[in-house]
Amino acid sequence: MSAIDWPGEIFRALHGEAVRIVGYVPDAGHKRLIELCQADRDMRSVVLTTEEEGIGLAAGAWLGGVRSVLLMQSSGVGNCINILGMTRECRLPLLILVTMRGEEGEFNPWQVPMGQATATVLEAMDVNVHRVLAAEEAGAAVRAAVRRAYAGNSAHAILIAQRLIGIKSFQQQAAQ
Amino acid sequence: MSAALHRRDVVKALLLERGDALVVAGLGSTAWDCTAAGDSPLTFPLWGAMGAAAMVGLGLALAQPARRVLVITGDGEMLMGLGSLATIAVQQPPNLAIAVIDNERYGETGMQTTHTAAGVDLAAVAIGCGFSTACVVREPEDLEPARRKLLGGAGPVLAQIKVVAENLSLVLPPHDGPVLRDRFRQALLGS
Repeated sequence: MSAIDWPGEIFRALHGEAVRIVGYVPDAGHKRLIELCQADRDMRSVVLTTEEEGIGLAAGAWLGGVRSVLLMQSSGVGNCINILGMTRECRLPLLILVTMRGEEGEFNPWQVPMGQATATVLEAMDVNVHRVLAAEEAGAAVRAAVRRAYAGNSAHAILIAQRLIGIKSFQQQAAQ
Repeated sequence: MSAALHRRDVVKALLLERGDALVVAGLGSTAWDCTAAGDSPLTFPLWGAMGAAAMVGLGLALAQPARRVLVITGDGEMLMGLGSLATIAVQQPPNLAIAVIDNERYGETGMQTTHTAAGVDLAAVAIGCGFSTACVVREPEDLEPARRKLLGGAGPVLAQIKVVAENLSLVLPPHDGPVLRDRFRQALLGS
């Protein structure tokens, strides 16, 4: 695990860029960021039953004038595909923060197929993909993506490398 | 039991006194119904994204807590986003209402029956999730009380309104996404 508090850096970037609605399906890699968002009075956290709900949530929020972010694991990206057609066809701003599975350090082979396809699937639906490979890049990457999404009505996903999350086993994940 | 209500009459009645309510119309027949009742910049019709109408409504309701948000969608569309009823109930948006225009059919694809034809009760699902109010409307005299709840009752509210399965003329809203986005935001936010 990195010594840099990258979830805290991401939270400060989101807050500073006036992101006020946070849709999420929990992931171990997003645990701290979710807790920071839940504890913040300015932010409304919305737990989803499936990630595709978040694409609708973000669309409605922006029609109502509010910026949002979606937090999910790479497996959840596959659940979003068809609804991303609305994002593209209406040119709606969108920001998704994806914690990656199926990469270096993966302990569950069933996570590998969607992990390997995540960027391809997003790009197929016209979502701009940015990778964060090191903790010190996270805050700036998120800040830049929020600005690009909302200044240019475009969709962006930031893929946070599994090595930042640093969980190596089911036991470690459960104990987090 | 055959339904007595007709969808175009129902949607027209729901929208007649909408005031400054924000409306999300689910894809297909309900979008055409809303347009037949009178197009408005504050109606956002979906041409796709099946299953997302209620969640677009939730996003709007959270962003605009002082405005009524009414989602008008079909039974097939609502069934595809059934989990969103749980998500909405957890948030308890007091200003969000969902009208499910239930003809028990997938109307755009050949009138195949949906789960509601076999008895799936969306109002019971909504209550089970934690909606404040949910009802099934079968008779014409039950429509007015449901309309009042949809437009003014403490949300989240869901009304499942049984209507005749009928093929009607297409009354299409604008389909260009950025036009729909911009006219809605202009009318609501002035930007």
